Amino acid sequence: MYPEYMNASLKKVEETREKRYALAKERGKEVFTPQSEEEREAVLANYHPDYKDDARREIRIGPNKGERITGRVADVLESWPRDPSSRFDLSRIDYETDILIIGAGSAGLSAALEASARGLNVLIATKLRLGDANSMMAQGGIQAADQKDDSPVLHYMDVIGGGHFDNKPDLVEALVNDAPKSIKWLEELGVMFDKELDGSMSVKAGGGTSRNRMHSARDYTGAAICKTLRDEVYNRPDTIKYIEFSPATELILDDKGQIAGAILYHLETKEYSIVKAKSVVISTGGFGRLHIRNFETTNHYGATADGLVLGYRAGANLLYMDSVQYHPTGAVFPEQVVGFLCTEKIRGLGAQPVNKDGELFVYPLEPRDVEAASIIRECENGKGVKTPSGLTGIWLDTPLIEMLNGEGTIESSLPAMVRQFSRFDIDIRKYPILIYPTLHYQNGGLEINEKAETSIPGLYVAGEASGGVHGRNRLMGNSQLDIIVFGRRAGTYAAEHVLAGVTIGRLTLEHVDRYSEKLEKLGIDKKRISPVILPDYIPDHVKAKQLTLNYFGTLT
Amino acid sequence: MSEERNMVTVYILGEHFMVPEGSTIMTALEYSGFQLKRGVGCREGFCGACATVYREKGEYKLKGGLACQTVVSDGMTIARIPFVPAEKAAYNLEELKPDVSTFVELYPSVFRCVSCNTCTKICPQDINVMDYIQDIIKGDIASAAQTSFDCIRCGLCALRCPAEIVQFNVGMLAQRLYGKYLAPKSPELETRVAEIEEGKYESEIKRLKVLPKEELVKEYYERDIKIT
Repeated sequence: MYPEYMNASLKKVEETREKRYALAKERGKEVFTPQSEEEREAVLANYHPDYKDDARREIRIGPNKGERITGRVADVLESWPRDPSSRFDLSRIDYETDILIIGAGSAGLSAALEASARGLNVLIATKLRLGDANSMMAQGGIQAADQKDDSPVLHYMDVIGGGHFDNKPDLVEALVNDAPKSIKWLEELGVMFDKELDGSMSVKAGGGTSRNRMHSARDYTGAAICKTLRDEVYNRPDTIKYIEFSPATELILDDKGQIAGAILYHLETKEYSIVKAKSVVISTGGFGRLHIRNFETTNHYGATADGLVLGYRAGANLLYMDSVQYHPTGAVFPEQVVGFLCTEKIRGLGAQPVNKDGELFVYPLEPRDVEAASIIRECENGKGVKTPSGLTGIWLDTPLIEMLNGEGTIESSLPAMVRQFSRFDIDIRKYPILIYPTLHYQNGGLEINEKAETSIPGLYVAGEASGGVHGRNRLMGNSQLDIIVFGRRAGTYAAEHVLAGVTIGRLTLEHVDRYSEKLEKLGIDKKRISPVILPDYIPDHVKAKQLTLNYFGTLT
Repeated sequence: MSEERNMVTVYILGEHFMVPEGSTIMTALEYSGFQLKRGVGCREGFCGACATVYREKGEYKLKGGLACQTVVSDGMTIARIPFVPAEKAAYNLEELKPDVSTFVELYPSVFRCVSCNTCTKICPQDINVMDYIQDIIKGDIASAAQTSFDCIRCGLCALRCPAEIVQFNVGMLAQRLYGKYLAPKSPELETRVAEIEEGKYESEIKRLKVLPKEELVKEYYERDIKIT
């Protein structure tokens, strides 16, 4: 329950609720005027964390050398390989496969299913378990323009405007065109989407959407999809093998510059394995666990940008690594759930963000970067509520949902949120929740084209690890869509690549040696190692006694 | 980390550690110096990786929970369950019937349910696990799918079940059968997929793709927003 000192503020929220309810009844979700281009630019420039002076620095190595990118990302790219190439004997192959998929979230699983459907052998290597990914944690929905008053054209416009017009048009076209058939594919695999009695999809609005386009499966949308894909992968043991607890630590090329496999490292047995493959898909997800600017994150334990490091060292270029997505509504109270995701579906259902005085201060469904920056502005202007652990947040007025949509809506539409907060004695049907932006998504990544290809022959990237689909800001529901659309495309085109006939030459790690020579010239501290693999949450007083030389995740 | 906090005692696999009051089981483990590899996943209650059993001080009852969602209490004894050996039937969904016969064939242990409700009592999601197993026995696949839907597959139910039922895999099958065969189909979806395949929107998207940025920006900010 909330501490007593918050009661005065809670009372104000309650007092203004009736008026705000009347406003919503009259104006729909446009209870506050959406920001113009100028207003958006101003709030971003002044309050979004990406725009702080020290948010970015120049990267001094690799294909994007000279570009200003997010500082923490530059740090992991300017880091040493875990092991020098001389330690590996590439003539001793442990696994040989048609397609190696690195990362087993919904993008990797979709790719595996498509490649398997074409009769190829697939090996999935994953750092933790199959399905251990941000994919599993997505709550609110997946976009697809399948309603009568909607179209892929309107979807295209929303995506590209939300991304500040920096998205690669070919990728956006693929995303919106494949969206309805992706929903159909998932339904045929048995995903249970929320529906009306006649079978039509229950759709909600999301931040930056011009139509109700968000398909959901309660607030377990990502879990429903990822569980189903994983179950289907388990059904195909003849063509899809998988190795768990085995992150890739390096990509292997051949002497012709084609992709040729990867090195895997088993987290428990500490053995390295050499995988030879005719094609590789990177679907390793994003970077939330790098805790950029020391933000708390919504992300999975394994989200440490490993795929970026692997691809970059092998020579693939990055796109938009200067932009970071902070989800507008991360929990700030109670302490145990700080940083956790409070789905955008909460606002899609009509909940409004209000300040400590119960006042609306922003259109509830701006694109995420604009909404997040507006919330930070409100807090910096002294309109936030302080928590006992010293954080500040604003209220997200959930009780409005039931006033607008009827009693029982929260329980049926947001069961995960109800559970999350009731574990700490907060009933979100009766009380608002306290939120602040939280590190959520990697907008950029390894550049791909509409076939999910990179600049390295045979290397494909899908999902959060890729860059270009979302420009510099992704909209809600387009990540779940991205991982299905581009996961399937990666699996399909990787299979076509293999079926067209690939001859792998001599395996080599010379690209790693060349990269290391540059690191040497830059004088990079030898203790800086990547891929990071796992974050490090061991407290200092324990470390002082451990005398360990290298931790996973220790950058400095 | 060194801030002044009340400390409580926990026993991790029986071994004594002092951790800050209010820690979850997961943060208590990390505070004690364990770098987690198994039994850790999303850390937000969505992935089921961190199933844990524990006894609270002076309690006879063995409880179950998610390490990331359960706050420690003074004197708590903790054992994580990082993996559950479970039977998973491999099947071709295209060939299955959405009725009880499928379960007779793939998961016959379902019919050994003794209605003891132990599965429901241990479920950290508060799902009525036994109810959905009984739904299947009664042939109500739709109800089983809806009731089991919030399952995150931590596996505690299967470990506790005296009838050796693997509830979480049974529920998954019910959900897939419902989603594919029993849920009413969306007519709009079929229509839109066909329209896209016929190229109905192709020219308009091609126009937007090459529109000069200033014009695209103008069209974007002037677009008609119709949300309800």
